[in-house]
Amino acid sequence: MTDLTTSTAVTVTMTVNGVEHSSELDPRTLLVDHIRTGLGLTGTHIGCDTTSCGVCTVLLDGKPIKACTMFAVMADGAEIMTVEGLKQNGELHPVQAAFKEKHGLQCGYCTPAMMLVGAALLEENDDPGDDEVRWAISGNLCRCTGYMNIVESIQEAGAQMRAGSNGVEADDMELQDEQTDADRPKEATMQEVAE
Amino acid sequence: MFPATYEYLRAGSIDEAVAALAEDPDETRILAGGQSLIPMMKLRFAYPERLVDINGLHELAYVRRENGHVAVGALARHADIVASDDVTGAVASAAPWVADPLVRNRGTLVGSVAHCDPEGDWNSVLLATGATVVAQGPNGRREIDITDFIVGLFENSLDEGEMVVEVRIPVPSGPSGGVYNKLERKIGDYATVGVATHLELADDGTIAAAGIGLTSVVPYATKVTEAEEMLVGQMPTEELFADAASATAAASNPHTDVRGTEKWKRNIVDVYTRRGLASALDQAHASEPTTGSTA
Ligand SMILES: Cc1cc2nc3c(=O)[nH]c(=O)nc-3n(C[C@H](O)[C@H](O)[C@H](O)COP(=O)(O)OP(=O)(O)OC[C@H]3O[C@@H](n4cnc5c(N)ncnc54)[C@H](O)[C@@H]3O)c2cc1C
Ligand code: FES
Ligand code: FES
Repeated sequence: MTDLTTSTAVTVTMTVNGVEHSSELDPRTLLVDHIRTGLGLTGTHIGCDTTSCGVCTVLLDGKPIKACTMFAVMADGAEIMTVEGLKQNGELHPVQAAFKEKHGLQCGYCTPAMMLVGAALLEENDDPGDDEVRWAISGNLCRCTGYMNIVESIQEAGAQMRAGSNGVEADDMELQDEQTDADRPKEATMQEVAE
Repeated sequence: MFPATYEYLRAGSIDEAVAALAEDPDETRILAGGQSLIPMMKLRFAYPERLVDINGLHELAYVRRENGHVAVGALARHADIVASDDVTGAVASAAPWVADPLVRNRGTLVGSVAHCDPEGDWNSVLLATGATVVAQGPNGRREIDITDFIVGLFENSLDEGEMVVEVRIPVPSGPSGGVYNKLERKIGDYATVGVATHLELADDGTIAAAGIGLTSVVPYATKVTEAEEMLVGQMPTEELFADAASATAAASNPHTDVRGTEKWKRNIVDVYTRRGLASALDQAHASEPTTGSTA
């Protein structure tokens, strides 16, 4: 049976923000740790570490989940989106623009998760009422702003998406396949400069 | 926090999962949504030597109606039940109350049922609706009545090497209704008090079947047989419901803790049972064929 000190490494392949990564992982590696430490994507935060606060949220095949309560090996073959994946080609996702516009954050610790949950909700319903937004973010805690501005930000992003401005097109997502970890920040910077 | 080491196996089929379980039943656990198991492993309350991940068994990710029941497969998430049009009554009413939206995207009803957490919402709902559990082991499949499945605190009656593949919730043929009333301090919290109620009516308007299940105010999910028996065969009245609610409150066994006193919780059980039966009756009346007579 299993050795008490070591686990056999498992090969795990997942697509994170459009980039495929293959890694040899100890099965007990939590998804959040793999994303932060293994892949260097530190926009995904750790708060409670007990499945309560939701700051570790990522989108797993489009649905928000708590990455502190999933083993990375369970994400084999999955598509993951982290907050780093929201911005496309140097352009803020509507939900990011709206959080900035509507003052949806103070310290920003909960913000990546709130934006991902908001983006996933707007994908299904781009005109959510107050209750629908509050329901969607009910697994995510904010210690600073109160929820008023967060709700308003998500609704504002929906309004922008309905108006067709600043939206993320499907082909923008495909462009991501070409990117590697190393050139992504540079590419974004260059695009920003070009604007 | 990270758990103790373990060996990870990804099951490619139900047979493979069962074979892996049977090999070393004491040290092997099924990993479904992981929403209870992973926190327990992180806190080192659990340290199985081997986990069999069933998340690849997409054939178990269903919620569907068949032969007079709703079948919920072992990989149906709580969120799938929220989204399903096939579930009604107490089950439909309970689904949005389980944990929070993110936990619901991973956790499964079957995992919750197998876990037998006294504060889990599903078991009392399944007791009220008369569900059965379908288990598969080295000797094939068998159906277990939910009352025989739940045997204690975090304890089910699965034999060594068995896993749950499906839960079956009967769909009554006549007018019926049900509701789950849950008191929680905040979304994502376990129940301070949870009461599941279910009613089925006969043609003459009397109660043909009744189900009442309790969460959190009992050592483990419990069916309140005394109260159910008071209801069956009777014409539904406010007075009858009040009597059944008193009996339910008397059968509960809450403890004073940070969430409230024993007396207060028992009173909530009473109120929730009365309200639950009243809205189950309203639903039953609304579900009657429009051509039929109303009681
Ligand atoms: C923050 C938070 C809040 C929560 N709030 C609630 C709540 O309000 N109400 C509520 O009811 N629950 C709540 N839960 C628990 C949650 O619903 C879990 O999802 C559920 O209890 C377990 O389902 P799972 O699929 O995640 O099972 P897992 O965690 O994967 O497994 C749990 C146990 O069941 C066993 N198991 C799983 N599947 C099978 C199977 N097919 N056959 C045999 N054994 C199996 C496992 O081996 C393990 O022992 C909460 C959890 C969290 C983290
Ligand atoms: S860190 Fe995952 S829920 Fe708090
Ligand atoms: S802005 Fe600080 S936690 Fe939400």
